[in-house]
Amino acid sequence: MAVELIVFIFAAIASVAGGVGVIGSRLPVRNALSLLLVLGSLAVTYLLLAAQFVAVLQVIVYAGAIVVLFLFVIMLLHKQLGKMSPDRLRWQGPAGLVLAAAFLTLILLTIRLGAAAPTAPAPAEFGTAESVGRALFTAFVLPFEVASMILLVGIIAAVVIGRPAAQPAAAVGRSAATPVGASRR
Amino acid sequence: MALVLIVVLPLAGWLVNGMAGGRLPRPLVSVIGCGTVAASFVASAMAARHLAVPSDALTATLFTWIAAGDFTVSAGLLMDRLSALMALVVTGVGFLIHVYSIGYMADDSAYSRYFAYLNLFVGSMLLLVLGGNLLVLFVGWELVGLCSYLLIGFWFDRERAANAGRKAFVVNRIGDAGFLLGILLLATTTGTLQFDRLADAAGAMAPGLLTATTLLLFMGATGKSAQLPLYVWLPDAMEGPTPVSALIHAATMVTAGVYMIARLHPLFLRADFTLSVVAAVGAATAFFAATIALVEWDLKRVLAYSTISQLGYMFLAMGVLAMPAGVFHLTMHAFFKALLFLAAGSVMHATHGVVDMRRLGGLAGPLRWTALGFAIGALALAGIPPFAGFFSKDLILEHAYAAAQHGGSVALWLAGLLTAYVTAVYITRAAVLTFFAPAGQRDHPHEAPASMGGPMAILALLSFGGGWVGAHAAGAPLLRVLDRFFAIEPAAETLPGAPLTAISVAVGVFGIITGLLLYRRRREVTLGALGAFLARQWYVEALYDAAVVTPAKRLARFAADVVETRGIDGAVNGIAGLVGQAGVAMRRVQTGYVRNYAAAILAGTILILSYWLLRGP
Amino acid sequence: MTVPISAYLALSALLFVLGITGVLLRRNALVVFMSIELMLNAVNLTFVAFARQLLAIEGQLAVFFVVLVAAVEVVVGLAIIIAIFRARDTVDIDDVDLLRG
Repeated sequence: MAVELIVFIFAAIASVAGGVGVIGSRLPVRNALSLLLVLGSLAVTYLLLAAQFVAVLQVIVYAGAIVVLFLFVIMLLHKQLGKMSPDRLRWQGPAGLVLAAAFLTLILLTIRLGAAAPTAPAPAEFGTAESVGRALFTAFVLPFEVASMILLVGIIAAVVIGRPAAQPAAAVGRSAATPVGASRR
Repeated sequence: MALVLIVVLPLAGWLVNGMAGGRLPRPLVSVIGCGTVAASFVASAMAARHLAVPSDALTATLFTWIAAGDFTVSAGLLMDRLSALMALVVTGVGFLIHVYSIGYMADDSAYSRYFAYLNLFVGSMLLLVLGGNLLVLFVGWELVGLCSYLLIGFWFDRERAANAGRKAFVVNRIGDAGFLLGILLLATTTGTLQFDRLADAAGAMAPGLLTATTLLLFMGATGKSAQLPLYVWLPDAMEGPTPVSALIHAATMVTAGVYMIARLHPLFLRADFTLSVVAAVGAATAFFAATIALVEWDLKRVLAYSTISQLGYMFLAMGVLAMPAGVFHLTMHAFFKALLFLAAGSVMHATHGVVDMRRLGGLAGPLRWTALGFAIGALALAGIPPFAGFFSKDLILEHAYAAAQHGGSVALWLAGLLTAYVTAVYITRAAVLTFFAPAGQRDHPHEAPASMGGPMAILALLSFGGGWVGAHAAGAPLLRVLDRFFAIEPAAETLPGAPLTAISVAVGVFGIITGLLLYRRRREVTLGALGAFLARQWYVEALYDAAVVTPAKRLARFAADVVETRGIDGAVNGIAGLVGQAGVAMRRVQTGYVRNYAAAILAGTILILSYWLLRGP
Repeated sequence: MTVPISAYLALSALLFVLGITGVLLRRNALVVFMSIELMLNAVNLTFVAFARQLLAIEGQLAVFFVVLVAAVEVVVGLAIIIAIFRARDTVDIDDVDLLRG
């Protein structure tokens, strides 16, 4: 099945290229679109790994929601996004590169060490929405419900944090109710 | 349930007067204070009627207090003939003194606090007396110690009173430490503290252990009952209100040590060595305190030393196996010593607090009835028939003599006899100096109100005629009761009664005559060098100062100046400084830059990962 | 499976290190955030790969939960970035150093 290999190689190249774009580009919009490239190509590899449901999830949630959210914020903050103070951490860059390289080496070593067991062909229903859903609503129903609670909390938190700080609190002159980040030097 | 009521009634009075007394009118406070004690007296009397047979005992078990393995202690009460007698004395004399206090304390601003303390004392004393085991007794023992402290320092704004209270507390602690050790030793060796099982338990104890236990218990008694060498607190305790001196530091609390030995007689009767120690300490204290009373100028302190001396008599009685006589003397002493104190209180009431006998005198005229009461008490104390003290003291001396006949030391008897002589001298001296000597200058003294006179009259009657309950001529009903309780064969038959009685009466009369001759005309009789020696309390206080108090103060100063400031503070400040320095050094790590933190996390991850890789699969 | 599992893992490692590099080197808070998303996705890939190899559906469920938490995280994180931006007029994370010791 050379097709699979070819698809993987293409997906891998695309995702690494996207990753480089995410961290490399100076333009925020380009960063976000590179992220989209990564996410899309990873969805393809998921399909190769018999994870249809996850692949769909990846496209809908990540590509559809999260990247769009990033883009919204980028457009919101567009004007000032380029403004950066002069770099104060001179050693951060080289040190970070060294650390990242060391980490990569170590991780690859672990992969080399881990003996890949022979893999059986996947059953037809493996990774379908049905099989994932079955597991999700039986054995994992409690974490699932907890996850929904986390979502709710996140929504409320985002609303509270994102609410404009200035008007009511500052007008009265109280500082107690000011949200995160509202304090000034 | 009546037993519980006896104890709870005064405690209820304490609660009411203590919590709400300040807002109640004074008559109501008085009624609550005296009424609860009177009710307790009635309840005691009614309960005591059930004790027809000597072995009878009323018990009340409230709950299991301590349960540890096989060892259990219940919070229980016990009333047998001994404790019934004690309860009647405590509540009876206590009631009289409560009534007396109404008049005596009428002008005090802390009236309700006084009655609350007094009620607490009576309740605690009843708990001590009626406790069904040694631990309940110990609770009462400590509570009366607390009340003693509170009442000695009742006028806590006077430095002397506050110091005296503290001294009483500290000295009592020393004795109580021994007492507690004795209790623990008894509990570990016999496994029971229950009074009704002590006889069996004592039989099973090894003689050495028994001696150790009883000696430790006796140590507690020397503290509470102010015997040598722990007597020092009682004279100072006279800083408290005079009725308190009468009730706590003469009639009841200080006799707790005697009661305790009587209560534990199954143990003490088997410990010959301890008994000889008890007798020796008692005789020595009796003589020692009497000699000091001879030169003391403070009327109340004379009575305090007299109390110590008389308590010595009681311990002498315990030591020579004359326990009925000891308890008999305890009862009589409660009457006449309370009377003497109340009379002294009446004198202070009339002279606005003068207790120095050098400034008193000539009070027999204006304070006729007080003088009469004091005279009756003095005669009872001196052991002149037919007053109360005569019968009991004579009985103790007879037993001491009998003990000498049976191989004991004759010194005990001689010391007792000598003490009787000195006692007669010093109480005559006190009476003469206070009431008959030429008067010093002062305003017009006035006789005490009826609330003070009434109790004194009743106590005078008891001191006058109370002794007949133990007189052999009258069949000695009290002694027969107690003889059988202690299960000691009555020694009276073997005693050469008449000659001994004649001797002790002669000694008493001779002492009174001596006192009259010495002090009738002259006020300042100093007895020369001997007097100075006695006035310094045989240098016991000086010895304590040099041996204990001064080194302790020096140690405390060393601890405060050196150990505290340099050692402990140094260590604390050093550690704090070290932490501060470390903080200054390490705050550089906290750059505030998220990227630094991320790099640090990554470095840590790399370290862990390399460790796993190097360790191999 | 013609593509060995180790190839997926190597790709995952590469993407993860790219994410690390972004977090360590970039100062734009948004880019840092995207780098974190990159790392999350790299981990997701290992989950899926191992799920495939072991034929265990739990791996894919883990991905489900990771995606979910990532969504929440992005929502809250972006809200924080906006709040900081309002207060400081910057998205440079080096300017946010109130925790400096």
